[in-house]
Amino acid sequence: MESKTQFPDPSQVREELIEKYPAKVAKKRNKSIIINDPETVPEVQANVRTVPGIITQRGCSYAGCKGVVLGPTRDVVNITHGPIGCGFYSWLTRRNQTKPETDADANFITYCFSTDMQEENIVFGGEKKLKVAIQEAYDLFHPKAIAIFSTCPVGLIGDDVHAASREMKEKFGDCNVFGFSCEGYRGVSQSAGHHIANNGIFKHMVGRNNEIKEGKFKLNLLGEYNIGGDAFEIERIFNKCGLTINSSFSGNSTVGQLENAHMADLNAIMCHRSINYMGDMLETKYGIPWMKINFIGAESSAKSLRKIAEYFGDAELKARVEEVIKEEMPKVKEVIDEILPRTSGKTAMLFVGGSRAHHYQDLFSELGMTTVAAGYEFAHRDDYEGREVLPNIKVDADSKNIEELKIEADPELYKPRKTEAELEELKAKGLEINSYEGMMKQMMKKSLVVDDISHYESEKLIEIYKPDIFCAGVKEKYVVQKMGVPLKQLHSYDYGGPYTGFEGAVNFYRDIDRMVNNPVWKLIKAPWQKTADSEKESLSASYVTQ
Amino acid sequence: MLLRHTTKEVKVREGLTINPAKTCQPVGALYAALGIHGCLPHSHGSQGCCAYHRSMLTRHYKEPVMAATSSFTEGASVFGGQANLLASIDTIFSVYDPDIIAVHSTCLSETIGDDLQQITKKAKDDGKIPEGKHVIYASTPSFVGSHVTGYANMVVGMAEQFAESTGEKKEQVNLIAGWMEPSDMREIKKISKELGARIVLFPDTSDVLDAPQTGKHEFYPKGGVTIPELKSTGDSLSSIALGCISAEPAAVALDKKFGVPFETVDMPIGISATDRFIMALSKAAGVSVPDEITSERGRLLDAMTDMDQYFYGKKVALFGDPDQLIPLTEFLLDLGMLPIHIVSGTPGKRFEKRMAEILERSPGANFKNGPGADTFLLHQWMKNEPVDLLIGNSYGKYIARDENIPFIRFGFPIVDRIGHSYFPSVGYSGGLRLVEKILSVFMDRQDREAPEEKFELVM
Repeated sequence: MESKTQFPDPSQVREELIEKYPAKVAKKRNKSIIINDPETVPEVQANVRTVPGIITQRGCSYAGCKGVVLGPTRDVVNITHGPIGCGFYSWLTRRNQTKPETDADANFITYCFSTDMQEENIVFGGEKKLKVAIQEAYDLFHPKAIAIFSTCPVGLIGDDVHAASREMKEKFGDCNVFGFSCEGYRGVSQSAGHHIANNGIFKHMVGRNNEIKEGKFKLNLLGEYNIGGDAFEIERIFNKCGLTINSSFSGNSTVGQLENAHMADLNAIMCHRSINYMGDMLETKYGIPWMKINFIGAESSAKSLRKIAEYFGDAELKARVEEVIKEEMPKVKEVIDEILPRTSGKTAMLFVGGSRAHHYQDLFSELGMTTVAAGYEFAHRDDYEGREVLPNIKVDADSKNIEELKIEADPELYKPRKTEAELEELKAKGLEINSYEGMMKQMMKKSLVVDDISHYESEKLIEIYKPDIFCAGVKEKYVVQKMGVPLKQLHSYDYGGPYTGFEGAVNFYRDIDRMVNNPVWKLIKAPWQKTADSEKESLSASYVTQ
Repeated sequence: MLLRHTTKEVKVREGLTINPAKTCQPVGALYAALGIHGCLPHSHGSQGCCAYHRSMLTRHYKEPVMAATSSFTEGASVFGGQANLLASIDTIFSVYDPDIIAVHSTCLSETIGDDLQQITKKAKDDGKIPEGKHVIYASTPSFVGSHVTGYANMVVGMAEQFAESTGEKKEQVNLIAGWMEPSDMREIKKISKELGARIVLFPDTSDVLDAPQTGKHEFYPKGGVTIPELKSTGDSLSSIALGCISAEPAAVALDKKFGVPFETVDMPIGISATDRFIMALSKAAGVSVPDEITSERGRLLDAMTDMDQYFYGKKVALFGDPDQLIPLTEFLLDLGMLPIHIVSGTPGKRFEKRMAEILERSPGANFKNGPGADTFLLHQWMKNEPVDLLIGNSYGKYIARDENIPFIRFGFPIVDRIGHSYFPSVGYSGGLRLVEKILSVFMDRQDREAPEEKFELVM
């Protein structure tokens, strides 16, 4: 893509970003601030511990596990084992929408369940209270599954949530109970929580439901959490194409679906960071390949649909997909034609989680906007540089205690969906099978890549680049807007959305147009502040009779 | 139904809290610390807490909420977080240059037993705190009390670690703000000015969490109680604590350390509590109440008498924090309403006792606080005895929608409306705002649901 944007000298920018830090901090941050070159893709320092006191955007392992991965499953009772805060803050604050099929179907998303640990539970242990809580949840709601999420003090005082869960599961017989050791201090970010959640769901849920669902082309949608209805839009498109979502990890999902994940023929991965473990494990144990897809952006959506059709290799499906794209594109084009002249040539910065900082660059590019800097909070090197660097990633001391499950092919259920030769053929056609190329190959030369950006660094970047829009989360939103730069929340979508698929692209174009062209930004200076003091004039009009 | 699993039948729960009516200590400490000018709050724990607390306050205020964190890893969680906090202090003063760092703890650092006093002393001894800069701390274990407790603990930290006594009394009264909104603090200052009372209000988040859009981000906004003001609190004539749970502990601390006598009054919400506050402040500052304040009171009373038919006998359910619930319940009773279901997740005998006294005027009312007092229980009570109005934070909207009940957002957090940070709930003008809000939700409902032949122009 050609850019009209003039980039400031990036090495000088990097110097400016780190000059204020104490020497040790500067040395460390230097390795996480990278001048991009899509041809050679430099190495990024990522997934390392946060610098204390630097003002990070990051959250914790509990948030990654409970808040992100299993939180969206509507019919599981998620009990937070800990003091009240963790459960409270993850109560309805992520917008993973869910739609039960009937009014009688279980939906616990609106509830917050906690053991609300008190001082005596810290001193004498909280396992007893936890078991009482599990029993009460069972008696009140009779859910299909109860999941327990450990918070910081749980690991320290030695509560065994797994033993307590096993005991209760055996006692009930008709309710799956399992625990997660996702204490907030594990790993260095939300990322550890994703891994812990993947392991737990794979161990305790996947494979328990052998129902064969209807549908010719069945795929699992992995790493799509239905924020603002994103998964609903993907489902709408899939339905039109004749594709069946077998299970969703985990937007708008149910316990039964997750347990049935091994019955699909393809795993389509949206968010690589949070769910690639599941993709790999499903491949190894059951022989289901995974494919990276991206439904952010109209072009990307079309491309992903074509890739999926190519994977299934069915001529009718391919034709149907082309028809759907042909049907959907005109209304997208109509809007972009209207909006493009107002957004073209503008610049964006994206600092979001572990996935969207990459995906949304497609939408900005459709709007004719250039991404001048981007980064993740907690992604790993493979999300930046591509999965080919995986063999070179060393797990450091802070993450080495996150369990790696040893998975083997299931003696009965392993069934390769494609032969080696078929997979090679698909790869030759340009399909990324079990692979992801990362964010940096897509970004312009000399653009900046910053991992785990600090408040200070983002403020400096805004000062230097004066971007037309900054994308991040709620903690940054009002800070950046106070600087006179609109901030698009790419976690919550500022309570709008969906942004996936064709309808989502239209929503996004309109939102960005509104934000970068909003008249309100021109009103910030009061009229009496617009002229310098020396030029201030006294009232000059006079009453004139005619 | 959004809360379709909430049963009418109430069963006693010993282990499971559902839909809490409280959150944990540190968010209160963070909020209080923002009420000091030039202060950067710091969370000594793993970074998830800090991210959650900043996010919740940000959603509530739609404003920047700055705080740093020690970012514990597993290693620090086992061997102690001293190195993390010392490194934080170094980085914070180098990069963000606050006048004060106000450190609070989390369940993590409290469980492992990190001693904030010792660590901050070490930081000072090691020369990590630049000349003229300060580090204060408050222990805020999340497994004790609630967010209100955390607020109270940080305010005690301010009083204990800043106040000085020069031996010379200053003609001023300390007003110790309980957990209230910046708009409320602004109103308290306005009332004090009208009374002609010289005060030091702390903490004070006005002009911090209601900062104007100027096109420039002020990392340390102009508001907040200043260090000299905080220091002077040891020399004040007396203190008035606004709220027995969130403000009184700091008043006690000043009394113990410097002999500053204090009086505790309820947060001035509604007519009676505001009356008591005005009386207490005029007495403490030795000033008489000007006519303007009497007129303002009269206007609130006028609205109450004009519209009494809409209030009288209406049943109300409410949940929230103790220092607000006490005067709010009293105000509802003054309006002739019947508060019948009340929960607060915050524990405390003091609150129980006060509520019991007030609720003598509402026989048969259900009231519960502390562990087990959650909004699941409140909702169950409401299913057994329906109400005409629900008052609580944003989480109440799920109950209000399911039960089709007029709903007023009040307390913390309010994440789906604005207003709380701009318009006060305290004082007579705050009372008038509450009256207007109650009337509006009642009348909107009547307008929406009245049969066409009963639809009225004038109400």
